[in-house]
Amino acid sequence: MSNEIAILGAGMHPWGKWGHNFVEYGVAAAREALADAGVPWQDVRFVSGGATVRCGYPGYVAGATFAQALGWQGAEVNTSYAACASGSQALAAARNKINAGECDVALVVGADTTPKGFLAPAGGYRPEDPDWVRFYLGITNPTYFALYARRRMDLYGDTLEDFAAVKVKNSRIGAHNPRARYKKVFSAEDVAASAMVADPLRLMDICATSDGGAALVVSSLEYAKKIGKANAPRVAAISTVTPTFASGVVEMPDIATDSAAAAGVEAIAYRSQIPLKAYEEAGIGPADVDLAEVYDLSTALELDWIEDLQLAPRGEAAALLRAGDTAVGGKIPVNASGGLACFGEAVPAQALAQVCELTWQLRGEAGDRQVQGAKVGITANQGLFGHGSSVIVKA
Amino acid sequence: MSGKPQNPAIEGWYTMDASPHLIGTRCTDCGTYFFPRQTHYCRNPQCSSTEFEDVQLSRTGRIWSYTNACYKPPEPFIAPEPFEPFTIAAVELEKEQMVVLGQVVTGVSVDDIKVGMPVELVLEPLHETDEDIKMTWKWQPLAG
Repeated sequence: MSNEIAILGAGMHPWGKWGHNFVEYGVAAAREALADAGVPWQDVRFVSGGATVRCGYPGYVAGATFAQALGWQGAEVNTSYAACASGSQALAAARNKINAGECDVALVVGADTTPKGFLAPAGGYRPEDPDWVRFYLGITNPTYFALYARRRMDLYGDTLEDFAAVKVKNSRIGAHNPRARYKKVFSAEDVAASAMVADPLRLMDICATSDGGAALVVSSLEYAKKIGKANAPRVAAISTVTPTFASGVVEMPDIATDSAAAAGVEAIAYRSQIPLKAYEEAGIGPADVDLAEVYDLSTALELDWIEDLQLAPRGEAAALLRAGDTAVGGKIPVNASGGLACFGEAVPAQALAQVCELTWQLRGEAGDRQVQGAKVGITANQGLFGHGSSVIVKA
Repeated sequence: MSGKPQNPAIEGWYTMDASPHLIGTRCTDCGTYFFPRQTHYCRNPQCSSTEFEDVQLSRTGRIWSYTNACYKPPEPFIAPEPFEPFTIAAVELEKEQMVVLGQVVTGVSVDDIKVGMPVELVLEPLHETDEDIKMTWKWQPLAG
């Protein structure tokens, strides 16, 4: 495939609530990725950062801040601010630069530091801001996750035990991930004993926010070959598509969906659209996938993603889970990293962290989390304002 | 409830009569509905109209999904003390082919509703200020 790029190195600062500046996490991840790649910092000619407004003037305009922290050396920079897809957009910018022949090696970095408690909008009376409106009416992030979870129960017969089983599965594997924030193994009883937040979701069904940093060193296939890394995993596809009108599932932070009343317009669920472009671009189908890293903002959402990625027919993800097929050792392991359940969400870093995990898995370096013989992995995530992404990595 | 006047929590989003409606717009070219009101550009990619008419949306629909808020949401939500959990529903409007969120009327819990159940729009207090009671739309299950 002509537009593939090589992943020479991956690095992450462990997730947690460390209370440091985000630049520290990004630099630690970048240095680990550079060391992993065996590429001198001076050889990096493009620095692509994922940003969020939480880290000041969007992440001090992220690419430049990381480049300065690592030591200005005249590389070109880029910054991508795209909610949960920020990391994937930053990676796509690096891919474009490499494939345009403008650089051989690029560094992609995302890092976040998060406040305690709910993420809330600015105050005042601002009904023109959908985020303000929904909080004013009492509609928080877990509301949306719970609406999706309830539909699974009423439409497909999923149970609270199924949702708890996702948490149990992810905590068991995440316990083996040194970069995860939560390493405790939880039982179904632990989940059932946690407080109800937004029925049917309990506290332990919903992911936390976290500090963290993730980085990738990527290059042209030619450069990879030149430094003896012709077998490095490759980015085979990046999808950062928007929804298609009419977006038929009510999404954060909106109070209503698009209307599909006009002639020739159909209601379309955005999540299921995101991986389509990735599969097409990589020239593969769901049957070729060995493992998936998906955005489990809630336990139930992991089941939705499995179906959106077409790893199971609609409504049948819970059956896959019950059979143990989505655990490491099963037919199609999902969130072998431990997922957001064990990490918490560090927005501009998270999409890159997903690719880091696939990189280590495809290199056979995932230790106790290793998915045996993994050759193809896919990521998926979705965030605010029509941002989402899916990346396919091939061995 | 006090004798304070009732005013909309969000001005211009719904009628304040006994059979309230949400106020949206409809593209005069392609017929797409918008809520909240959209008056400058049609978001249907097949349409570039800039002409809209105000419309009252259907005041009945069917529950697409539902949940509740067991914990006090952060500001700008104004919570009564002590906080009482409330129920929330996403409701499908058939004519408009859209789903609209809202609280469910006080006293109805998640155990009382199901996906597909018919509901109608009513007004209830969202919170009180020193001067008035701020009213919002809520969904109320329809008998039968």
